[in-house]
Amino acid sequence: MNDNELIDNIANKEYEFGFVTDIETDIAPIGLNEDTIRFISAKKKEPEWLLSWRLKGYQSFLRQELPKWQNFELPAIDFQQISYYAAPRNKKKYNSLDEVDPELLATFEKLGISLNEQKVLAGVAVDVVFDSVSVATSYKEKLNELGIIFCSFGDAVQEHPELVKKYLGSVVPHSDNIFAALNASVFSDGSFVYIPKGVRCPMELSTYFRINAENTGQFERTLIIADEGSYVSYLEGCTAPMRDENQLHAAVVELVALGNAEIKYSTVQNWYPGNKDGVGGIYNFVTKRGICKGDHAKISWTQVETGSAITWKYPSVILQGDYSTGEFYSVAVTRNKQIADTGTKMHHIGRHTKSRIISKGISAGHGNNSYRGLVQMGPKAEEARNFTQCDSLLIGDKCGAHTFPYIESKNNTATIEHEATTSKIGEDQIFYLNQRGIDSEKAVALIVNGYAREVLNQLPMEFAVEAQKLLSITLEGSVG
Amino acid sequence: MLTIKNLHAEVEDKKILKGINLTVNAGEVHAIMGPNGSGKSSLASVLAGRENYHVTEGEVLFDGMNLLDMAPEIRAREGLFLAFQYPIEIPGVSNINFLKTALTEIRTYKGLAPLDAKEFLRLTKEKQKLVEFDAKLVNRSLNEGFSGGEKKRNEILQLAMLEPRLAILDETDSGLDIDALRIVSKGVNKLRSEKNAFVMITHYQRLLDYIVPDFVHVLYDGRIVKSGTKELALELEEKGYDWLKEQVDEKQAEEKQLGEMQLGEKEAIQ
Repeated sequence: MNDNELIDNIANKEYEFGFVTDIETDIAPIGLNEDTIRFISAKKKEPEWLLSWRLKGYQSFLRQELPKWQNFELPAIDFQQISYYAAPRNKKKYNSLDEVDPELLATFEKLGISLNEQKVLAGVAVDVVFDSVSVATSYKEKLNELGIIFCSFGDAVQEHPELVKKYLGSVVPHSDNIFAALNASVFSDGSFVYIPKGVRCPMELSTYFRINAENTGQFERTLIIADEGSYVSYLEGCTAPMRDENQLHAAVVELVALGNAEIKYSTVQNWYPGNKDGVGGIYNFVTKRGICKGDHAKISWTQVETGSAITWKYPSVILQGDYSTGEFYSVAVTRNKQIADTGTKMHHIGRHTKSRIISKGISAGHGNNSYRGLVQMGPKAEEARNFTQCDSLLIGDKCGAHTFPYIESKNNTATIEHEATTSKIGEDQIFYLNQRGIDSEKAVALIVNGYAREVLNQLPMEFAVEAQKLLSITLEGSVG
Repeated sequence: MLTIKNLHAEVEDKKILKGINLTVNAGEVHAIMGPNGSGKSSLASVLAGRENYHVTEGEVLFDGMNLLDMAPEIRAREGLFLAFQYPIEIPGVSNINFLKTALTEIRTYKGLAPLDAKEFLRLTKEKQKLVEFDAKLVNRSLNEGFSGGEKKRNEILQLAMLEPRLAILDETDSGLDIDALRIVSKGVNKLRSEKNAFVMITHYQRLLDYIVPDFVHVLYDGRIVKSGTKELALELEEKGYDWLKEQVDEKQAEEKQLGEMQLGEKEAIQ
C-alpha cells in the first residue's frame, strides 16, 4: 500500500448515503416568475404581508447579478429550469410516529437517525424537514410548558405572525445577495425557534434536512430568536440521496440574540458531493448570519462540512451589543472535485466585543478548499478583540488550499490576531501509526480527527460522535 | 524468532544493505553498533516495512513467517515493534486514544476482545509506573511539544503497553541525558523476558552499561563485519571504529586486487 494508492482510494470513495425514497410529491410548475411565488404563497396560505415581502425579494433578485469574486468557477444556473416547490403529498399532521409513512421512516433508518431512538436516547426534539415541509415534530409539549416555540416556519407564520413579521429579514434582508433574494421570494419552509426571556432551553433542538425530489431547489428559511437572558443550542444535520443533476440549495438562516442571550448553532452537512468527476452534486449556497443585538449576547457557529459539490457560505455575526461575543468553528472537507469557499464575517460594532474564528480545511483528491473571512472593527468598537486561526491540511498533491483573510479596522484600540498554517498528512505519520498496528485508513481517520478536534469539541456530545464518524467515512477508501 | 538471510536492500537505487545475516532467538538481547551511515537505521526501517526501502535479495523470517511479505501494520500486529529514532508528532491525537487504538487493533488481530475503558486505564497506569512515564503526558497530544527525552520515553511506554515479541530500539539512547537513559534502560530491563527479544541499535557503549546485551554486532558498509559478546562493545569504545574499517577496507582492497590480478592473468593467458 503506498501513499498514492491510499490517496486515490480516498479520492474515489463513493458516497455512502446515496438512495432515493419514492414518495409522491406536489411540485410547483418549473420556472420562476411572480406566478410561481403566488402559487407557493397560496399553497402555504400565507398572509398578504408575507406575499408582498416575497415579491419584494423577487424584485431584488431580478436587480442582482451572480457574484464574480469567488475562488471557483460558478456553474451556469438556469433559474427557469428549477421547480421551486415540492411537498410530500400526504400533508396531514401526525400525532405519533406510527402515522408517518413507513417508507419515510425507512429512509431515516438508513441514515441512522431513527426518530424513536432520538426521542428516547438523546432527548432531542426533532423537527424533520423532508422536502421542504415538516412532517414530524416531537417534544413539543415539553417545550410548550417553558413557552419555547419550535415549529416549522410555515406553522410560525400561521400561529406567531407578530414574531415572524418583526424579525423576518431583520438580519438577512431580502436584498442581501442574489441567493438570499431568491430564498426570500421562494422559500418553502424551514424552522422557527423562539426562546422566551430568561429561559434556558433544556434540550438540543435539532432539524434534519433532506433533499428528495428531482429538479427541486431547496430553499429553507430558519429564524431563531433568543430573547433576553435565554439560551438555546440548535443542531442542523443533513444527507441527500444520489442524483444525476445538480441541485441548487440556497438557504437562509437568521439568528437574533438579545441582551445576555446565547445561541449555539451547529451544522453537520453531508449532501451528495457528486461522483468522482464532480457530476451531480449539490450546490450549497447558503446565507447564515446572526446578530448579537443586546449587550453580553453570544452567538456561536460550528460547522462540519463534508458534502456538496460546491459549498459557498460564510456564517457571520454582527456584534452590535457591547461585550457581545461571536464565534465560528469550522471543519470543511473537500475531495474528488469538491469545492468549498467558506469562512465567516465578524462585524464588530459595539464596545469590548470579542470574536474567535477557528477554521480547519481538509483537502484530498482534486478538492479545493478556500477560507475567506472578514474581520471588521467599526469606529465605536473600543477595545474589541479578534482571534483567527486558520489551518489547512492537504492529503495528496492534487488538491488545493487557499486563504483569503480580510481585515478592516477603524478603531485603533481594537486587537486583531491572525494565525495560519498549512500541513500535509505525512508518510511518516502514517508509517508511525502503521508500525503500531493501525492500518493506513484508520491512521488517516485518526490524524484528521485529531486535526479537527478543536472544532469537533464544540459540538454537542451526540453530534460530535456522529461528526467524527462522518469525517472518517468521508475520507475512508477501500484501503487494505 | 528472527532470521535474516543475505538481506540486500536499497533506497532510491542506492545500495544500503549488502548481505546481512543475523539470527535472534527469544530471550536474547542483541546490540548493533557501527559508524554513521553504515546501515543500522536502514536495517530497522527494512524490518519495520518502511515504504521506500526496497529489498533486492535475501529473506527475513519472523517465527517462520515471511516478514517481508507483510504490510507494516501486520508486522506490528504479529509482534514486531520499532522504537523510532525520531518519534513522530501527531497534533490533536491524544496519546491515550492512540494507545487504545493501537492496542485494540493488535488484540483484535489476535482474536482478543478490546479492553474496556476501566481495564485499559488500569493497564496504562501500571505500565506508566513501570517505565516511570509522566502521567500528564498520557493525556497530551501524541509527542506534540514533547522534549526529546519525553518522546523516547513515550516509545518505551508504547513498548510496555503493546508487549511485542521483538522490539527494535533505534538509537533510543540518543538525545537522552544520563537520568533519562537510566530510566529508559530500567524500563527495558523490566520488560525483558524469556519470551521476547530486543535488538538495540546504538552508537555508544554507554547504553550497554545499562542494558547488557548477549551479542554485539558491528555493521559497516551494509554488512555485519564483526560479531561478539559485550566485550566487543568495550573494545570498540576504546579503539573506535577505524581499526575495523581499515581491516574491512584492506580486505576488500585485497579481494579487489586479487580479482583484478586473476582477471589480468586470464587475459594474459588468452
